[in-house]
Amino acid sequence: MLKEELTIIIKELLPDAVIEEAGEWLNISLESNEFKQAALQLRNFNQMPFDFLFCLTCVDWKTHFTMVYHLRSKKTNDNIVIKVKLNRETPQIDTVSDIWRTAEFHEREVFDLFGIIFLQHPDLRRLFLTDDWVGYPLRKDYDDPINMIKL
Amino acid sequence: MKTMVEEIGKTVEGDLIINVGPQHPATHGVLHLVITLNGETIKNVEPHLGYIHRSIEKMCESLSYRQFIYSTSRMDYLSAHINNHACAMVVEKALQIEIPARAQVIRVLMDELTRIASHELWWGAMAMDLGAFTPFFHAFRERETINDIMEETCGARLTMNYNVPGGVMADLHPNFVARVKNFLKLYKLKIHEYDELVTGNIIFQNRMKGVGYLSAEDAISYGVTGPAARGSGVSCDVRKHFPYEIYSQLQFDEILETAGDSFARYMVRLREMNESIKIIEQLIDMIPDGDFQAKTKAVLKLPKGEFFQSVETARGELGVYIVSEGGTTPYRIKFRSPGFSNLSALNHMTVGEKLGDLVASMGTLDLVIPDIDR
Amino acid sequence: MFSLESLTTIVHIWLNKTFQPNLALLLEFVIVGVLAITLFAVLGLVLVLMERKVAAWIQIRLGPNRVGPKGMLQSLADTVKLMMKEGLTPDGADKFLFNLAPYIVMISAMMVLAPIGFAKGFQIWDINIGVLYVSAISSVSVIGILMAGWSSNNKYSLLGAMRSGAQMVSYELSVGLSILSIIVLTGSLSLNDIVLSQQNGWWIFKAHIPALISFVIFIIAVTAETNRAPFDLSEAESELTAGFHTEYSGMKFALFFLAEYINIFIVCAIGATLFFGGWMPLHIGSWEGFNHIMDYIPSSIWFFGKTFFLIFLIMWFRWTFPRLRVDQLLNLEWKYLLPISMFNLLLMTLVAIMGWHF
Repeated sequence: MLKEELTIIIKELLPDAVIEEAGEWLNISLESNEFKQAALQLRNFNQMPFDFLFCLTCVDWKTHFTMVYHLRSKKTNDNIVIKVKLNRETPQIDTVSDIWRTAEFHEREVFDLFGIIFLQHPDLRRLFLTDDWVGYPLRKDYDDPINMIKL
Repeated sequence: MKTMVEEIGKTVEGDLIINVGPQHPATHGVLHLVITLNGETIKNVEPHLGYIHRSIEKMCESLSYRQFIYSTSRMDYLSAHINNHACAMVVEKALQIEIPARAQVIRVLMDELTRIASHELWWGAMAMDLGAFTPFFHAFRERETINDIMEETCGARLTMNYNVPGGVMADLHPNFVARVKNFLKLYKLKIHEYDELVTGNIIFQNRMKGVGYLSAEDAISYGVTGPAARGSGVSCDVRKHFPYEIYSQLQFDEILETAGDSFARYMVRLREMNESIKIIEQLIDMIPDGDFQAKTKAVLKLPKGEFFQSVETARGELGVYIVSEGGTTPYRIKFRSPGFSNLSALNHMTVGEKLGDLVASMGTLDLVIPDIDR
Repeated sequence: MFSLESLTTIVHIWLNKTFQPNLALLLEFVIVGVLAITLFAVLGLVLVLMERKVAAWIQIRLGPNRVGPKGMLQSLADTVKLMMKEGLTPDGADKFLFNLAPYIVMISAMMVLAPIGFAKGFQIWDINIGVLYVSAISSVSVIGILMAGWSSNNKYSLLGAMRSGAQMVSYELSVGLSILSIIVLTGSLSLNDIVLSQQNGWWIFKAHIPALISFVIFIIAVTAETNRAPFDLSEAESELTAGFHTEYSGMKFALFFLAEYINIFIVCAIGATLFFGGWMPLHIGSWEGFNHIMDYIPSSIWFFGKTFFLIFLIMWFRWTFPRLRVDQLLNLEWKYLLPISMFNLLLMTLVAIMGWHF
């Protein structure tokens, strides 16, 4: 489906979202408090249910975090990107692991490496690093005096 | 260290909690599973990851756009070519580089050979997990032939760092076409052995049929891609849905099975080897002449923005997501690895079955742990 | 013509001439004991090497070929290695049972050597309930395995030992019933009598269809009895590391290992005795000339040839078939093998009564 048609459909579904058309796919920016509702709406959208969450990650822009969700609709093979801005002092967002089961592991990974709290996650623990690790390595201000970070 | 199970009190008196791994003959790689058993029945499988976490994503933030490609060969080392291919394609997409036809064909040929080699190793290792030791040698007989072909052209047998942004690093060896044709002849002679030895054996069928059922909705929800999802009837081949290079001009089928159990996933992989052979046959005689690499600057600087590219590796969909701030190194790289999502479905698939079924399910999911841990 | 019977007679007469009768008897005990242990050791070495060579041959490779000519001395090297290894006892293990378990398995394996006839007149103890004795003593090794699994203080070992115990106890039924079907024809439990009754032909040919069914069930059941693939999930490498003998190392592990191979030898010897005539050469009815020619080959060669053929068959199974899951294995026994063997017993009885065998 062309980007213009998709923009119209998404604008109908989520009137409050900010949609940018630059880049390969549609980028939808949402606030963290309206994110869960929008995610549910996208998942249960009858015309093209976005049932495949294929990438869940976070980017550390030194003043704030951005959560990035890549969604695909298996029915129509359309891809969209959802971005949610989080503030740096208390980064937290609702979990989507009850909507897309793949998010369980992905959110644990983001918590492990960035320190973002996912509210109502069934089991939020560190995934790759040991349980007693201090700090969140993928943040830009992470410094480890012993191990070499910058090559 | 407490397991999740103990913390939220799911264990019942009489449950046995055992560790499978991290050093274990059946988990190919360092995977640590904490299994709660009631007798022989599995109640919960909890993977503990991180034994080979090398923080590749953080490391790549200090590597240039020509250097970071080769760290992906070490992720899913059985589809090293395909991983490198994805990274090279992202850079080319961002810089809008047009790669010559010869390079495209070489890349596809190498990809398909890698896919066959990866499936061969999977087949041998899976049969060995189930107790038949001999198919391993048959599988490696074919895989060694492919490795020799790779070694002649790329210089390495496992982590062949052959793709560069713009094309491939060096031209094909003059013997390449002849050797690949020999391999095709040999393969067609031997492939029926696989069916006779393993697929048709009633013990194998009993071990795999009805084991590890994954429905199509669950597969999509858990983000499972690749042959594991195709065994449940989910059509997800990136080569068909979002074709890249010259895949849109090639004739091959996407193998789908609807049973959703381990045997279906097994059959999908076995038939996929045949499809790869078909692709190689279509291309081997028609490699166009020309450049093997487009002219690119020595130091690459991606424009500001975000770029994503998926490819179909032997395990599923690998996605490379780059956020660039205009410099010579990426600002953030994320590798969407297929094994990570496939593993998350393991608990769902094996609850209620026996310990022997866990081995069969894990085998058909084809997990490579460095791919999961990155 | 070389014959072991004459050798034993010579030794017996010499001993009785030189010493008092009691002392002669005692010396005979000692000689037989030493011979049995030697046979045990030599067989262990030979079978280990045979397994590796057969495995290699089936897997299109060569196998051990560095130590000694064509790798013949590989077993000696393995023995030296196992003797020099540190024998670790895990901390929480029950020391007495842990140390006792391999000996129980080994002793029960050695005791079953007694009634087997290796050659004409070369039998340690011709007891009149030979078959019953063999069946009973081989069941004692289950105790050793359960002891090993329990006393190791290791969940894997316990799982492996439980699986093994269940499997061995179930398959003994099928073994027993298939043996019984031959006993029906011979009318005697003594192994010597069974061999002599095959003077005019081996039972597998004389009692055609029921004996063939019996033999097939027997081979499947003894493969399961001795924990060999495709029924080796108690030592399933890919699932439980090493099952009930995970925690054993050094000499104790060597004893388990050896006991397994001796068990294979024994059950194949029993199979050869019951179905293929033991040390009796191939005779066909009343073809005097043919029978006379067959008699030229010494009976010990016949016996070992048949036994090693059956051992080769069992080794072939291991490298061809994958493993059965534990519930499928028990299913196979209780739902398929046991009813078939019971029915076969009835069939054999009918054949014996009506005289439909040769």
